[in-house]
Amino acid sequence: MNAEVHDCRDAFAAELLRLAEENPDIVAVCNDSVGSSKLGEFQKRWPERLVNIGIAEQNMVGVAAGLANGGKIPFVCAASCFLTGRALEQIKVDIAYSNANVKLCGMSSGMAYGELGPTHHSIEDFAWTRVIPNLTVAAPADRAETTQAVRWAAQYAGPVFLRLSRMGVPDILPPDQGFTPGQAVQLREGAAVTFIANGTLVCRALEAADILRREGLSCRVLNMSTVRPLDREAVEKAASETRGIVTCEEHSIYGGLGGAVAEVVATSRPCKMRIMGVPGRFAPTGSASWLLDYFGLSPAKIAAAGRGLVRSR
Amino acid sequence: MPLANNRQKRLRGAAQIREIARRIRARDLEMICDAGTGHIGGDLSCTDILATLYFHVLRHTPEHPENPHRDRFVMSKGHCAGALYAVLAEAGFIDADELSTFMAPESRLNGHPGRMKTPGVETSTGPLGHGLPVAVGAAMAAKMENAAWRTFALLGDGELQEGSNWEAAMAAAHFNLDNLAVIVDRNGLQQGAPTETTNTLEPLADKWRAFGWETAETDGHDIDQMMGVFDGLPLKAGRPSCIIARTVKGCGVSFMQNKVEWHHKVPNRDERARAALELARAKIS
Ligand SMILES: Cc1ncc(C[n+]2csc(CCOP(=O)(O)OP(=O)(O)O)c2C)c(N)n1
Ligand SMILES: [Mg+2]
Repeated sequence: MNAEVHDCRDAFAAELLRLAEENPDIVAVCNDSVGSSKLGEFQKRWPERLVNIGIAEQNMVGVAAGLANGGKIPFVCAASCFLTGRALEQIKVDIAYSNANVKLCGMSSGMAYGELGPTHHSIEDFAWTRVIPNLTVAAPADRAETTQAVRWAAQYAGPVFLRLSRMGVPDILPPDQGFTPGQAVQLREGAAVTFIANGTLVCRALEAADILRREGLSCRVLNMSTVRPLDREAVEKAASETRGIVTCEEHSIYGGLGGAVAEVVATSRPCKMRIMGVPGRFAPTGSASWLLDYFGLSPAKIAAAGRGLVRSR
Repeated sequence: MPLANNRQKRLRGAAQIREIARRIRARDLEMICDAGTGHIGGDLSCTDILATLYFHVLRHTPEHPENPHRDRFVMSKGHCAGALYAVLAEAGFIDADELSTFMAPESRLNGHPGRMKTPGVETSTGPLGHGLPVAVGAAMAAKMENAAWRTFALLGDGELQEGSNWEAAMAAAHFNLDNLAVIVDRNGLQQGAPTETTNTLEPLADKWRAFGWETAETDGHDIDQMMGVFDGLPLKAGRPSCIIARTVKGCGVSFMQNKVEWHHKVPNRDERARAALELARAKIS
């Protein structure tokens, strides 16, 4: 990866500032995480609109539901592992079941916390959140999509979980692409196999497709940022029009994007599939980039999975 | 009972423990600088508490870390793993050489303590607010067995904002767990700000007392004083004990002391050299 990379939290914070300027109902809620959620500027501009509840995630999510009940539009900003893991029942009951207009923003998801270990990795959050009805679950792929997703969430009346990373990613999508939940964006056309990726793995899937193109295999690449609602149609088309599907996500191979795609494939359009992600075991100590390679999430390994799928016919 | 073997090692004077604490601080600084990440402020704030516990209070057998008769120590403020590993090395649970692998690929010394990774770690921590419920369960098990071993848990003060602590605190009093002691590392700072401007903890001792605990306060850097308090456990028969240790975050390095940014800042070369110099000639208390 030679292209310049960007931390999507910066795009998130910048867009939140613009939205807060436009709409006084927007408030930020966090758990002693002003710095790690990049809310410093927000706090400076509107100290009274930033609720730092302290280290208390369950309370934080419940309070956000109450703020929404009172007409506010809370953006809850916390490390994804604690936001989802600690406050899951609040997310289910207070936010989703009660249809609270709350935007849950999971920071530093996936394995971005690297050597801080499995307690701080958030590779279960798609699985935990995408089974909850009435919750839109999305992982933007770059800073442009992050900006669009934040803007969309602010005007959408209902619960949203945005899964953000601190791991640098290159620019992928055109800035005017827009964001429509449940609609995959096709980044490459091809008939050999389809790579379906989201979040930090989209750039790696694109590199994998480039590797295979040089070998004469042209591959389709879909950016599937929303895992709920999932773009079933795009999955079905990929299953029929290409020779198989490889999913790529910085998440457990169980219950995430791969699981969601497999549910469509198995029940409506069976095809060959590979699920690329973090295998079902706790990570060893290691930095984020070391762990991605350790778990075979490099462009070369992703390409190998695609190649294997083509050959397995 | 192999626990007796350890008596010699345990019974050290305050001066010796102070020297051990100095070495832990110096080693922790190196570990964090070499790893390029860590939580130095909270490490330095709890070092004297850890040294006093491991070298005066806890009955343990490092050569048999799973000795069923051992006192249990739960490091609830798991982000301070660096200080914990350094004291575990001093106490003989792990090799001093291993400390140089702190946070390196496949090291047993993860950024947060893992029970399945490191000998002497009773339970995996990192997310705040997990240690006390586990400690309550351990203390309960000892009561069920009529066993003599005791359970200790070290908690951050910001950590006390997690509701799980107060659920556990209620249970500990309800079950009369006088074999349980909590030490609160009361340094007044959390990750991004002082505790009192984030979510007020005071009057903290009153809160614990209202939950049915007996409390004591101590200077968390005065080893003599802490030895005295620990020698008096349980503070009251039939009640769990809460020791509020007044500490200074970053204690031992002048430019880190009481500075919130040193929660997880990593010293640059110049800062490292200056900190190392201060710790080399430190007399903390
Ligand atoms: C559940 C949870 N929320 C947030 C964090 C992030 N975090 C790590 S350390 C810390 C501050 C802890 O403050 P305190 O307990 O006072 O510890 P100390 O001052 O001793 O470092 C925070 C918010 C976490 N580890 N766990
Ligand atoms: Mg503190």
